[in-house]
Amino acid sequence: MTKFTQRNGLSRRTLLKGAASTAIAAGSTTLGAPMLWAQNIKDVTLRQFGTGVSNLNDVANKVQEDLGFTLEMTALDTDSVTQRAATQPNSFDIADIEYFICKKVWAAGNLQAMDTSKIDNYDKIAGTFRSGLLTPESTIAQGTAPHTVGFTSGQNGTDFVQEESGWMTLIPTIYNADTLGIRPDLIGRPISNWSELLNPEFKGKASILDISSIGIMDMAMVVESMGEYTYPDKGNMTKEEIDLTIGIFTEAKKNGQFRAFWKSFDESVNLMASGEVVIQSMWSPAITAVKSQGIPCVYQPLEEGYRSWGGGLGISAALSGIELEAAYEYINWYLSGWVGGYLMRQGYYSAVPETSKEFMSADEWGFWYEGKAAEGDILSPTGDKLAGAGEVRDGGSFLDRMGSVVCWNSVMDENQYMVRKWNEFIAA
Amino acid sequence: MKKLRKNPAISNLLMVSPLAAVLFVFLVLPIVLIVIVSFWRATEFSIIPAFEFDNYAFLFGSPVTYTVFFNTFKYAAITWACTLSIGFTVAYYLAFHIRSQTWQIALFLLCTIPFWTSNIIRMISWIPFLGRNGIANSTLMSWGVIDEPIEWLLFSDFAVILAFVHLYTLFMVVPIFNTMMRIDKPLIEAARDAGANGAQILWNVIIPLTKPGIMIGTIFVVTLVMGDFITVRFMSGSQSANVGRLISNDIALLQYPSASATAIVLLLTVLLTIGILLRFVDIRKEL
Repeated sequence: MTKFTQRNGLSRRTLLKGAASTAIAAGSTTLGAPMLWAQNIKDVTLRQFGTGVSNLNDVANKVQEDLGFTLEMTALDTDSVTQRAATQPNSFDIADIEYFICKKVWAAGNLQAMDTSKIDNYDKIAGTFRSGLLTPESTIAQGTAPHTVGFTSGQNGTDFVQEESGWMTLIPTIYNADTLGIRPDLIGRPISNWSELLNPEFKGKASILDISSIGIMDMAMVVESMGEYTYPDKGNMTKEEIDLTIGIFTEAKKNGQFRAFWKSFDESVNLMASGEVVIQSMWSPAITAVKSQGIPCVYQPLEEGYRSWGGGLGISAALSGIELEAAYEYINWYLSGWVGGYLMRQGYYSAVPETSKEFMSADEWGFWYEGKAAEGDILSPTGDKLAGAGEVRDGGSFLDRMGSVVCWNSVMDENQYMVRKWNEFIAA
Repeated sequence: MKKLRKNPAISNLLMVSPLAAVLFVFLVLPIVLIVIVSFWRATEFSIIPAFEFDNYAFLFGSPVTYTVFFNTFKYAAITWACTLSIGFTVAYYLAFHIRSQTWQIALFLLCTIPFWTSNIIRMISWIPFLGRNGIANSTLMSWGVIDEPIEWLLFSDFAVILAFVHLYTLFMVVPIFNTMMRIDKPLIEAARDAGANGAQILWNVIIPLTKPGIMIGTIFVVTLVMGDFITVRFMSGSQSANVGRLISNDIALLQYPSASATAIVLLLTVLLTIGILLRFVDIRKEL
């Protein structure tokens, strides 16, 4: 019974409601169990939190329509997401988090492993999240690659295992290859290297994101591109490497290279759209948002390759019973294509591309996934025009982009040291 | 019971106890908790009870801490000087130049109108105004005053202080205006009759008598500026830091013990500053 009261979703009220509807259903029909079940699941409310990228009200509305239960969404910035996953286990049912966050918080035991045999489309999940290989010939990029923290040893595992064990920490949903965003109209020449971020030509017009785990990787890409240093493993730096990397950026900061740092998605959009910044770390839908204001903005592919990230859905350790069933149902629905199609049209990749394809037009699929020239107007999910006929996606096809990933967002062994140094960089 | 009521010591004690209890639960306890946590140890996702000075050692060992504290004082000092000169002038005008009380009240309310909106909104609305292609720059350029946009208007210390002054001047106006209104008008007449000119009246009569108001305003402004982090973050584009930002960064990165240690040092610094300020004016006596 103690376990019962601790469960956060199933309050006394929902229990009573459930009991009442059961009684009504039992009194009015003789059809039996399935009916009761359907009746009950409508009373379930799942609370999901995550970053702004995939916590969209459209998804919550569609869940209500397709599955009948309520999904409450909370969108937070990356650091707050980590904080909540680690410290407030009773405040959520579904955690929509990134794999590097999972590495940080999994050991805290606030999430429960998920049985892959209950995931209908498990076999269709992209290789990146299972074996780690995009194609059989791929090499695995540096950093916290999703498959390295994607599986655990069993239902109550707190470790990570490298093989497909049947128990997933997060069910992958979304991923992408990130690079620098630029304003081609204000720069007026081709940009092809990460080192351009620190080019004095853009003094006072550059920006980098103030999220340490991601920012340090962008920094490493720049440092390598400048030829200052080649890391044995960007995803796991030594203290000296951290000092070197942050040192180079601190000097640039003191010389006035940066206009601002941004922490949330909309800040990056405003910086770019207002012309305060012409080159910066950026996320794909932020580019989309700038473009939909009619301002030219390019997600510039660079010679050194991309920094990549992946995200997925985790289930709170406190969930059980009907709410756990609802969570599985939600996740299966999530992978069944509608959300995937929606996310793909924003420029992300769905972890289950096959099912998403069914929810996209052939032209959209060709543009976003295959890197083909658009035949007609390409619209965002909210109806803004993003590209016209003949235009091609920045960076090309899925394989071109994800095939050029050189590192993943990471949590390092020296994370604590890095975080302190990062704090100093911001304060310097 | 009757005896109890008659004993003044006990009844006094009973009368202050509700306030004391509230202060204990909502002020003293949280601070004690912060002090305790500041000696704990943190890993990435857990906080371990301990008694060690690591957090303080790191804090005092890092040159960044000193820069940041210096910055905090710099913001506080400049903001104080600006809000005081603007606040004093406004209060002086309201108290001595506006003759009718109706107008005094009307104009005073006018000063508070901007405060009907959230202070985040008031702060953020500066951003499109000061930006590279913002209203200020485009206006100056169209007037031919400048040829290219002034960069330091936004995301700079200038922007931070401008926002502080805008946000907090009223906290200076109100207490100064209040003390000025209590000045006996015959005192000024007497000074004039004794042959003092305007500047002498201001310096020898009005300023000494408004000192408590100035001091209360100063305490408001200094503590608000020293504890702020969001204004600094937005107006400097995350480029500058004060102690508040140091703490908020620590919290964002789950470094609660380190944040607590910084908070304790900040608390002591602010208390010390106020202690020094109170040496100049005995607020209790003057009120």
